[in-house]
Amino acid sequence: MLKTLTTDFEFDLEADVLVIGGGPAGTWAAWSAASSGARVILVDKGYCGTTGCAAASGNGVWYVPPDPEARETAKASRESLGGFLSDRNWMDRVLDQTYVNVNQLAEWGYPFPTDDEGKPYRRSLQGPEYMRLMRRQIQRVGVKILDNSPALELLVNEDAAVAGATGVNRQTGSKWIVRSQSTIIATGGCAFLSKALGCNVLTGDGYLMAAEAGAEMSGMEFSNAYGISPAFSSVTKTLFYNWATFTYEDGTVIPGASSHRRSVIAETLLQQPVYAIIDKAAESMRASMRLAQPNFFLPFDRAGIDPFTQRFPVTLRLEGTVRGTGGIRIVDETCASSVRGLYAAGDAATRELICGGFTGGGSHNAAWAISSGYWSGKSAAEYTRSLGEYKTQRRVHGVGEVGLESGSDRSQTLATDEVIQAVQAEVFPYEKNYFRTEQGLSESLGKLNHLWQELRSSQVKSDKELIRAREAAAMVATARWMYSSAIERKETRGMHRHLDYPELDTNQQHHLISGGLDQVWVKSQPLLKSKIQNPKSKIGVAV
Amino acid sequence: MIELVSKSRCIECNICVNICPTNVFDRVPDAPPSIARQSDCQTCYMCELYCPVDALYVAPESDVTTSVNEAELAEVGLLGSYRENIGWGHKRTSTAKADQTFQILKQMK
Repeated sequence: MLKTLTTDFEFDLEADVLVIGGGPAGTWAAWSAASSGARVILVDKGYCGTTGCAAASGNGVWYVPPDPEARETAKASRESLGGFLSDRNWMDRVLDQTYVNVNQLAEWGYPFPTDDEGKPYRRSLQGPEYMRLMRRQIQRVGVKILDNSPALELLVNEDAAVAGATGVNRQTGSKWIVRSQSTIIATGGCAFLSKALGCNVLTGDGYLMAAEAGAEMSGMEFSNAYGISPAFSSVTKTLFYNWATFTYEDGTVIPGASSHRRSVIAETLLQQPVYAIIDKAAESMRASMRLAQPNFFLPFDRAGIDPFTQRFPVTLRLEGTVRGTGGIRIVDETCASSVRGLYAAGDAATRELICGGFTGGGSHNAAWAISSGYWSGKSAAEYTRSLGEYKTQRRVHGVGEVGLESGSDRSQTLATDEVIQAVQAEVFPYEKNYFRTEQGLSESLGKLNHLWQELRSSQVKSDKELIRAREAAAMVATARWMYSSAIERKETRGMHRHLDYPELDTNQQHHLISGGLDQVWVKSQPLLKSKIQNPKSKIGVAV
Repeated sequence: MIELVSKSRCIECNICVNICPTNVFDRVPDAPPSIARQSDCQTCYMCELYCPVDALYVAPESDVTTSVNEAELAEVGLLGSYRENIGWGHKRTSTAKADQTFQILKQMK
């Protein structure tokens, strides 16, 4: 349904490329588009530099020097974990581009450490430092940044191509419109406000906006990642739990529980509290750990706990598609979505191409954000250029639905917080999302479909409520694609664990594409037979 | 969760209002910012890093509010401790340069 724009906008702006989202993917996209000569506007609902899970956390990067043996090991290492859904040509492209761009970070002055042999070590990025640097770099190339400015809906022109977005400044209430010839969704994944570290800005907003414009999702069944954190804390940094012992409350070791066998922890948490102690880390490692991940120790230092010698309760917080691999389907090496003028990058896009149905942590997602961000920005700029003069003066319409339409049939006032709690009640519990069953998924879907109907028949009263209502709608839509896809994958593959079908089924070695809002659909798609002949030729040289 | 905007330390620069990813603070004319939406705080500690005078304190509890005592926090060195740990601030050097992740990963099989 198309609506004519009737609102007055305090900020009426034009750009060649609009980037929605200011984390790693968004800033790389903005930088490469602007470096290609495009006029770029980047909007973020938070603040570009602190927003998103990378800024708050920092992580490893899938940075592998171009040594054939090292690259081969890197590619082979996750294929089985990912359920054999990844694509080696895409892995090559990402490894190549990540290598170039991370070296670029060093040239920009990111203070990489040196290893024992005095060589630069570039496989770890401290989030605050990295994202502060990225903000400076995009400003240097002339990107205009709108902070605290959530996008609320995409614009589509008469040719059904995406033509920008509208939104609001959440602090001043000013409405903005950006008319652009291409738009990049870099809004991250969806963690359903679980308070996993830095994840509460990640509510699936970009999925919803993209779907309203007609885009498709891929791999949404790979959406049940859970991160370990102290029970009282938000810090879901899991690396150091490799040196942990997990116990019951009385101190008895839980058989089989480890960071790599998180399912045992989840099973135990369904019955009773789980405790951890980082007691396998040698004394000599402890100082290194503090210097590797200062924020891991923050909650402990502040709560007066020594995690190396004292047991502390842990929990598993849902990281959803943030540490999952599902997202907007991209159709080619430019990171274009199936809708003209719309691109997707970072966690907002599917990461199945490089890691199938599983990511063990930040490193692949970080490399994907860098690479897909870079390619989408460059491609969006080229696409805009190819439109030439034709691009201007097209009429545009907003395509947002829930919360943005008014009418006499919408008498109900939306109880946004209740909707959010209701969707969390379907996606947080381990017995529903970690350990999936046909019956459980069907029951949850029934409730989620009902929630969607409630959203569709309600009206929001103020702009302040509208932002939260759009987040609620995005989370409900995301959960429906997740569980609709999960029902269709009648096997266990990657992170998708189906109790009724506990084995991998070779006949289901395919992608599941999903989409639709009022009517959600899922279809299978054969694995990519990559058409990229010479991936090297597509690797951009950083300026 | 964010528990403290120190009235004695705050210089009313409102940087925290601008940079908080989840819009927890509100500007207040001629006064330190208020913690207007505490339950939206995601306990990411970013505000502490951007506060130039260590006037903010984020308690480690992410789901419940706690009471804090500013004098005690200052006494034990917790005001600004994260900023110090990462080496941000006047005359400090970023500790990213000292990132020891390579040492940690060597220990993994």
